[in-house]
Amino acid sequence: MSTFEALIAAQDRVEPRDEMPGDYRATLVRQIAQHAHSEIIGMQPEGDWITRAPSLRRKAILLAKVQDEAGHGLYLYAAAETLGVDRDDLLEALHTGRQKYSSIFNYPSLTWADVAAIGWLVDGAAIVNQVPLGRCSYGPYARAMVRICKEESFHQRQGFESLLTMSRGTPAQHAMAQDAVDRWWWPSLMMFGPPDAESPHSARSTAWGIKRFSNDTLRQRFVDLAVPQAEALGLTLPDPDLRWDEERGSWDFGTIDFTELREVVSGNGPCNEVRIGRRVAAHEDGAWVREAAAAYAAKQGTRGAA
Amino acid sequence: MSSSSEVDTGMVLALADDALVASHRLSEWIARAPSIEEDVALANIALDLLGQARLLYALIGDEDELAYRRPAGAFRNAVMLERPNGDFGATIARLLLLAAHQHALYSSLAAADGDLGAIAAKAVKEVSYHRDHARAWTVRLGDGTEESHRRMQDGLDAEWAVWGELAPTQEAVDWATAVITQATLRVPGPVLAVERQEHTADLDELLSTMREVTAVHPGATW
Amino acid sequence: MSDGSLLWEVFVRPRRGLAHTHVGSIHAADAELALRNARDVYTRRGEGVSIWVVPSGAVTASSPDEQDSFFEPAGDKVYRHPTFYEVPDELQL
Repeated sequence: MSTFEALIAAQDRVEPRDEMPGDYRATLVRQIAQHAHSEIIGMQPEGDWITRAPSLRRKAILLAKVQDEAGHGLYLYAAAETLGVDRDDLLEALHTGRQKYSSIFNYPSLTWADVAAIGWLVDGAAIVNQVPLGRCSYGPYARAMVRICKEESFHQRQGFESLLTMSRGTPAQHAMAQDAVDRWWWPSLMMFGPPDAESPHSARSTAWGIKRFSNDTLRQRFVDLAVPQAEALGLTLPDPDLRWDEERGSWDFGTIDFTELREVVSGNGPCNEVRIGRRVAAHEDGAWVREAAAAYAAKQGTRGAA
Repeated sequence: MSSSSEVDTGMVLALADDALVASHRLSEWIARAPSIEEDVALANIALDLLGQARLLYALIGDEDELAYRRPAGAFRNAVMLERPNGDFGATIARLLLLAAHQHALYSSLAAADGDLGAIAAKAVKEVSYHRDHARAWTVRLGDGTEESHRRMQDGLDAEWAVWGELAPTQEAVDWATAVITQATLRVPGPVLAVERQEHTADLDELLSTMREVTAVHPGATW
Repeated sequence: MSDGSLLWEVFVRPRRGLAHTHVGSIHAADAELALRNARDVYTRRGEGVSIWVVPSGAVTASSPDEQDSFFEPAGDKVYRHPTFYEVPDELQL
């Protein structure tokens, strides 16, 4: 048994300088980078509402939340870099479409209530997905996830609180909240990925201790958490097939239209071009600033020992 | 603690409006900054300024009433802060001059007793960091590449020309001058203190963006 | 690197009395910016009272290959631990 196999068998952590199979390394780079890209692209749908937030309190909350997403992207890029890749290359892969980000961010945020629905549902789903990653086999990824989950608990709570306020507000506010939930519910369920039977990398990731629970298990966990929360919000979920299954002790839900997910993942989502276009523009517009910082450091001899 | 009757309402409004309007423009950089680290940094500064505005508004009234339902003509912010963002050099130039001014002003107010003194004492620590952030970038852009030098100088010239509206103290001018010199940039000239100017259509645009949601939901709470 | 930034390892002292602990890494063109970036990224919630940044390339680390020769020899020196010794409980040694 190799050292790597022994570590995995003992559910111990793999650390950056350990020997690891090339596929393990490649899988982690792909997953961590996609996760980091999702945080960075995820700044956009909500970030667009910072200037339009309807109260100064909500504005401060949203500004702090979007800032956290940038921070989380940076934690994750740092974790990916421990695997021997360069952040520049990862950003390049994002910009050219070689690496993906979560397709959820290719849906538009049409109203202020979308910010709340994203917090409640998208961050809620993300937390269900991410908490087990805090125990994944690769140390730097697990540590980043622990930190991120701790910080993200406020993200979901602020979304819930904001939706609750709207749901109990004027009829127009209530309608806006319901409309946002109607639009974000199914995409949130798709965040857990394809059904287990069609999930190409799942078995290997599970064997390697990267994945602790299957897509369908986590999706069910999320539905079971969300249904009573929706009721407390006084909002309905757009699924006529939702019903309590006494035997399973879980909520049954309708069939997910994964054709739509595949469309969105393959780049035909409503906002794919907008999101990447804006990200690339920011990067290109900022090139002169990054060049200036490097030139200044070279002149000053302050670049450190590296 | 001072009661609101002892507070110079006009001065507090000017401080708060400056902070709110500057915060709004900085927050427009989110997801557009030259690096992700700078997204985080500018968001931090925008949050600090928003926090200052909220504390100051609370001294004289209801923050959302003052921010969302006051006519544009009643805003006391300097026109330089409502102008749309230019490139990163222009934003850094504006931040350099705003933070230099705020640092001097909050430092003097921090000596006072009462709520305003306490707010100012907290704000001094925040704007010290903003000032330092702007200094760090002014020096790097000024003494970086030919392009960055040109852009930083352009931004500085444009912002310096209207800085007088904030009536910066001599201390603030001296501090900014030292940074500009260190950055191998040209000090644009003397700063002429002028009265706060008439607002422009830029403030109308800013406020209509800010009020896009509240305008269609009158009387709603959020 | 194409964007001219370097990688820096970040260490944060959570509060006085505790040592600096490694929290992650950060990109910056120079040390002064690295310190500021580390502050903004790793201490947004009051996680620290002091920060160190060190160029990642300046860290010399032991190799996992050396793990056995480095660390196993310490494993059997049980006499370094106080529990190795039989002494009367009541004397509170």
